[in-house]
Amino acid sequence: MEPAVREKPRLLPALWDAAIAAGIAFLLFCLVLGVRTVDGVYGLTLQPRPVLLAVVVGIVFFGRLALNLFWWDRDWRFPPLPFFSRTAKDAKDRAPRDIYRVGLVLIGFAAVFPLLGLVLNKVFGANLPLLYLIDLSILVLTYVMLGWGLNIVVGLAGLLDLGYVAFYAVGAYTFAILATTFGWSFWMCLPLAGILAAFWGIVLGFPVLRLRGDYLAIVTLAFGEIIRIVIQNWTELTGGPNGISNIPEPSFFGLEFAFRGDNTFHQFFGLPYDAIYGSIWLYYIILVMALITNAVTLRLRRLPIGRAWEALREDEIACRSLGMNTTTTKLSAFATGALFGGFAGSFFAARQSFISPESFTFIESAIILSIVVLGGMGSQLGVAIAAVVMIGGFEALRHTDSLQLVFGTGFDPTLYRMLFFGLAMVAIMVWRPRGLVSTRQPTVTLNKDAGSISKDLVSEGSG
Amino acid sequence: MEYFLQQLINGIALGSIYGLIAIGYTMVYGIIGMINFAHGDVFMVGAFIALISFLGLMAVGVTFVPLALILVLVVAMLLTSAWGWTIERVAYRPLRSSFRLAPLITAIGMSIALQNFMQVAQGARVKPLQPVITGRFEMFAGDNFAVTLSNIQILIVVTTIVLMAVFWLIIDRTSLGRSLRACEQDRMMAALCGVNVDRTISLTFVMGAALAAVAGLLYLLYYGVIDFFIGFIVGIKAFTAAVLGGIGSLPGAMLGGLIIGLIETFWSAYFTIEYKDVAAFSMLALVLIFFPSGLLGRPEVEKV
Repeated sequence: MEPAVREKPRLLPALWDAAIAAGIAFLLFCLVLGVRTVDGVYGLTLQPRPVLLAVVVGIVFFGRLALNLFWWDRDWRFPPLPFFSRTAKDAKDRAPRDIYRVGLVLIGFAAVFPLLGLVLNKVFGANLPLLYLIDLSILVLTYVMLGWGLNIVVGLAGLLDLGYVAFYAVGAYTFAILATTFGWSFWMCLPLAGILAAFWGIVLGFPVLRLRGDYLAIVTLAFGEIIRIVIQNWTELTGGPNGISNIPEPSFFGLEFAFRGDNTFHQFFGLPYDAIYGSIWLYYIILVMALITNAVTLRLRRLPIGRAWEALREDEIACRSLGMNTTTTKLSAFATGALFGGFAGSFFAARQSFISPESFTFIESAIILSIVVLGGMGSQLGVAIAAVVMIGGFEALRHTDSLQLVFGTGFDPTLYRMLFFGLAMVAIMVWRPRGLVSTRQPTVTLNKDAGSISKDLVSEGSG
Repeated sequence: MEYFLQQLINGIALGSIYGLIAIGYTMVYGIIGMINFAHGDVFMVGAFIALISFLGLMAVGVTFVPLALILVLVVAMLLTSAWGWTIERVAYRPLRSSFRLAPLITAIGMSIALQNFMQVAQGARVKPLQPVITGRFEMFAGDNFAVTLSNIQILIVVTTIVLMAVFWLIIDRTSLGRSLRACEQDRMMAALCGVNVDRTISLTFVMGAALAAVAGLLYLLYYGVIDFFIGFIVGIKAFTAAVLGGIGSLPGAMLGGLIIGLIETFWSAYFTIEYKDVAAFSMLALVLIFFPSGLLGRPEVEKV
């Protein structure tokens, strides 16, 4: 039997379709991109940019044409990626052990990475930009921890929280105020910060207990904004917009990482001073804190409270009719999520040694939530991968010097970072609505052969 | 007393703008049940389009202000509608059958993208516009305080009332309005009865964006200054207004907008201006505790 002859793509409809798309693009961009407002002597003046407009419209036209001709009726598919399978069958074939193994390998790599880099640099004379890499990893790990913390609220309990950054801020300011006012150390303040954040979680939880779905979302969002506005304006306590500076770094069993002092790390061990030791110590602190978050989450899922969260996510009415106390269940989810947010916050304050309300805007909440959702809600590995992709990719845009060759030296890629970030959120979501790792191990299965839940069954409740 | 009246007037003008934006939120929520987080930024885009087209008209010699304003209104509504349509088509339609959080995330992504697009395209600095509509009535003078009603405030309130009337007619009397209400009640059933659901949803976004464009123009004329970030805080407050009034309810959106505008104005006038947003948001939390489905919203009946 002869292979079926593929019908040639029809050029004319494709051209027509592309022309329509280009026309819409022209409508969209003709004023906001085609004309630039410039400050003049007598107020604003306009400066037309027809070339830029033509280029953008042209890109839309040819892009749409290419999609029409070569992409949408293509007869080949990408081979499925090993850990990002789409179908239920793939998910069944993949043993839960595999995800566990991948997780272990990643944790192992994360555990040895800074030491390995240090050895390579110091002993073998490699010239890795280690300080930068470790700083970036600390940033990513902070978001991994925040993502795992929020995952308890959103992924497990199914409560949509748009104000998670409030707890992050409470933790950061608790440590910063205690440390700069009373001189308390990081390790003393850490539990306090967590407890205080959890307390705020309960305070927020009470009024929203009766709310459902999107009402809950908007109240949590409002709560996040309220906390930020209060921090911004309560100048006596928080320093207002100026923030708090000179926050001490966590010490290494009483040893400081400062260049000079009575009790410094490098003098104690007889090493030459290097800023890298402090960074590596911070790296391990956040790694351990993130892993504790993960371990606690995984354990909680097996306890009655974790089961109650997941049941609540799937069906609140069923929970009530089975006699579950939804009040304590919801409050405990909020409090636990907030606890880890508070821990991460005080780590953030210690690492930055300066905090201001600027760091706790809604955009942070949005980034953390998008990490949770893009990671596939409820999947611990997915959250970690999404954090690496979003934050790491976001940082990578800083170093796009090659783009300057294309767009000229006036091109400043940092301006476009948030633009790409937003578009990437849209693109990833449209491409994989269920998140990067779209399967999740069921917490309880009736028989042992059930395998993992396919993406079609992982639905989030009305919570 | 005079001071109170003055603040009442200011609050109503501000509340009308919030109300116009809130309608966009409430309609989209009513029909597809999602928070269109990018709507505040559509409002911002509308304000920018209004600013640029106004400057453009001035530059080509249309200096008769009423004519220029009408042209700006038409241009802004048309082009902003195109934005609303495109956002729905690109970011929400592919996720229509997906789970509830998916379109919310794309909406947040869209909001970030729109803000930063505008920052890149038009610069981060604030864009001032010299007062276009000047003049004010002195209604009556008290002991040492005169209550004034400026022309722009009259324009805002009149425009809002006219648009609300037109809008109510569209929803209540036209076939488009009928299909819109049908989709709101049951999308599947509406589709089975021959309503083009995709088209109706697109038109919802178009209408919401057009109203946001009007709000953007009014905001530009009222405050005389815009920047790429105005969409965020105004958007949140408009959404708060929609929730306060009962999301899905059009009169509720308008009522919520007025209440939020009044709370904000009175709080700034009598207490501290720094905490006006806190007052508005706390009010939201309080109202939701006692009326979980908003002031004019229908209580949701949960069926198992």
